[in-house]
Amino acid sequence: MIELRATEKRFGGTVALHPTDLCFTSGQVTVLIGPSGCGKSTLLRLIAGLEEPTSGLVEVDGERVGRASVLALRRRMGYVIQEGGLFPHLTAADNVLLMARHLKRPASESQARLDWLCELTCLHADSLRRYPLELSGGERQRVSLMRALMLDPEVLLLDEPLGALDPIMRLALEIDLKGIFARLKKTVVMVTHDVGEAAFLADTLVLLREGRVVQAGTFEDLRERPRHSFVSAFLSAQRRPEAS
Amino acid sequence: MSRGGWRCGLVCLAAVCSLSQAAAQPLRIGSKRFTESYVLGEIAKRKLELAGFQAEHRQGMGGTIILWGALESGAIDLYPDYTGTVAEEILKTGRTTADEMRAALAARGVGLTGPLGFNNTYALAMRRSHAAALGLKRISDLARHPELRVGLTHEFLGRRDGWKPLAAHYGLTLTDVRGIEHALAYGALASGAIDLTDAYSTDAKLAALDLVVLEDDRAFFPRYDAVFLYRLGLEPRALAAIRSLEGTLDEARMSRLNAEAERAKDYTQAAALYFGAGTQRAEEQGARPLATRILRWTRRHLELVAVSLLFAILAGVPLGIRASRPGLVSQLILGVTGVLYTIPSLALLAMLVPLPFFGISARTAIFALFLYSLLPIVRNTAAGLADIPRGVRESAAALGLEPRAQLVKVFLPMASRTILAGIKTSAIMNVATATLAALIGAGGLGEPIFSGLNLNDNATILSGAIPAALLALAAQLSFEALDRLIIPRGLRLPQREP
Repeated sequence: MIELRATEKRFGGTVALHPTDLCFTSGQVTVLIGPSGCGKSTLLRLIAGLEEPTSGLVEVDGERVGRASVLALRRRMGYVIQEGGLFPHLTAADNVLLMARHLKRPASESQARLDWLCELTCLHADSLRRYPLELSGGERQRVSLMRALMLDPEVLLLDEPLGALDPIMRLALEIDLKGIFARLKKTVVMVTHDVGEAAFLADTLVLLREGRVVQAGTFEDLRERPRHSFVSAFLSAQRRPEAS
Repeated sequence: MSRGGWRCGLVCLAAVCSLSQAAAQPLRIGSKRFTESYVLGEIAKRKLELAGFQAEHRQGMGGTIILWGALESGAIDLYPDYTGTVAEEILKTGRTTADEMRAALAARGVGLTGPLGFNNTYALAMRRSHAAALGLKRISDLARHPELRVGLTHEFLGRRDGWKPLAAHYGLTLTDVRGIEHALAYGALASGAIDLTDAYSTDAKLAALDLVVLEDDRAFFPRYDAVFLYRLGLEPRALAAIRSLEGTLDEARMSRLNAEAERAKDYTQAAALYFGAGTQRAEEQGARPLATRILRWTRRHLELVAVSLLFAILAGVPLGIRASRPGLVSQLILGVTGVLYTIPSLALLAMLVPLPFFGISARTAIFALFLYSLLPIVRNTAAGLADIPRGVRESAAALGLEPRAQLVKVFLPMASRTILAGIKTSAIMNVATATLAALIGAGGLGEPIFSGLNLNDNATILSGAIPAALLALAAQLSFEALDRLIIPRGLRLPQREP
């Protein structure tokens, strides 16, 4: 379980996140959604320990995210960013295996895990030998997801993982992600600005605006019982064909 | 890693030092970078050898400051100089008697022989035809021709008995005055690029190029009696051998020896003339095949480059890593390495030579080259690391890699292309700059280049310049090959459409 308690983040004079209390339930997919600059990415980065809160605190499984704990905590959280963040000098397989090797995990175990992840993310095994520059955008995101899952973390943090993909690839990966989330039953926190994507993947949505949580709940809650006119406005601002 | 690198570097440096110390047994003679000084150095060497000493001649070191610094610090045992220079440049006392000079030098641990016999004073020289056309005979006549273009050696420009006081003494108002290397000044004068230069009155080129010397009609120049300066600790028998040269060289004889050196393109042969017709050993030395000499210079050159570059990498990469983070310290590192780079080589050497650790050994040249090599390595390392995209940087952190592991496993390999490019630039520049070692007698391909410049001998210049160019090319090619070995394949791929 991830908990924010009166967590606030300022960059100089601007407030990225006003003091916020928030709880992410274990085994659930929570999607942070909102317009650009609403603080959703900052919130995710606070959980990953990439930013330190100006005040308040973040706890993962009852342990406070801070200098002393961040290294161990990060190894229990997978993190995927928009362009994948793959290391270009390593092959896909080496990217995935980097941490396992660094921690000197048995090679046979790691290989088995790699094969399993390959199957999980529907990545063609040939692609593992390629360098990031030789992969398509979708493949890169799959490899990045494999890398995040390599150490079997309890938490998976995704920052606009589909943001840089073309619509066809995006849809394919969206469907695969839904399957993966269902299979793994991990605590997932994902950032997106796409309402359809959020509705499709989330157990819980958290809508943010200008550094504050406007409403948290299921897509139904937000659609049927909006707490603020902004909620309806945001949900209806993005047109999607009814079919999806 | 950086701390370990430093420690390893210090150990290596200590090893290099002890090596060069062990080699410093024979008596060391220095000479300045012009023909007469080379010839006098060779004569002293022969004289000491005939007296049963081992002697080596560090030919053509930079200017007075470097030689004086070397003598005072014990890096050389003796070198030829002129009384006027001692009074004006070293003691800075102006005109004094020989005894006063001797006392002042003794206080600094240095002795002065008696005059060797000739007075090689400064002179101003012009083309004979040009001087005749303008009716110029005396320096005071120059006051009538402020339009003349003057090219002076840098040393003469700055000396207490140099151009400015001379111009004041004679009331000259020439405005087109520039600094020029002595060896090049004669060519510039002969070709008409300049009209007037400073010369030495025993210079062989005066006759060879049909130049005239303007008469010092208001007695501005002090006497420049040739002498040897030596360390007071010099063994009495060695000193006696050197002092036996006193009074044996008059102006005519010295001019002849200088002319012979420039005609034969060989100082050793000219020195042999002093001892009577070609002594056996001198001829042997002169006859040493060119290929062997080029090989020796090249090997020395490579040593200088390799050692200095190695240290520059060991120090430059950690400094670059530090400088890749924003902040004041980084600005300081980049600023200082940049400033070091702008110091002219002769000035840097002049600063290093008097320091106890350095002297005129190869060590000094290596240290200077090391300083010059830092800038491209530090800059490229810092730039290569700073260019890593934020997403990749944060992904490395978010994986849970320790900062050190992030650097070693991700950031340095990613920056390897830029870092190697910096090292490559450094290596090629280093090959070119290593010629400066010859200025302090540390050998390398600068030796034939500078000595050829002095002798006005293009063949000798090329015997240094061509191998140096080939070395630079070889450095370039071998680093290209190294690129393939070191830069990960994933970074050498062409970008593909996403």
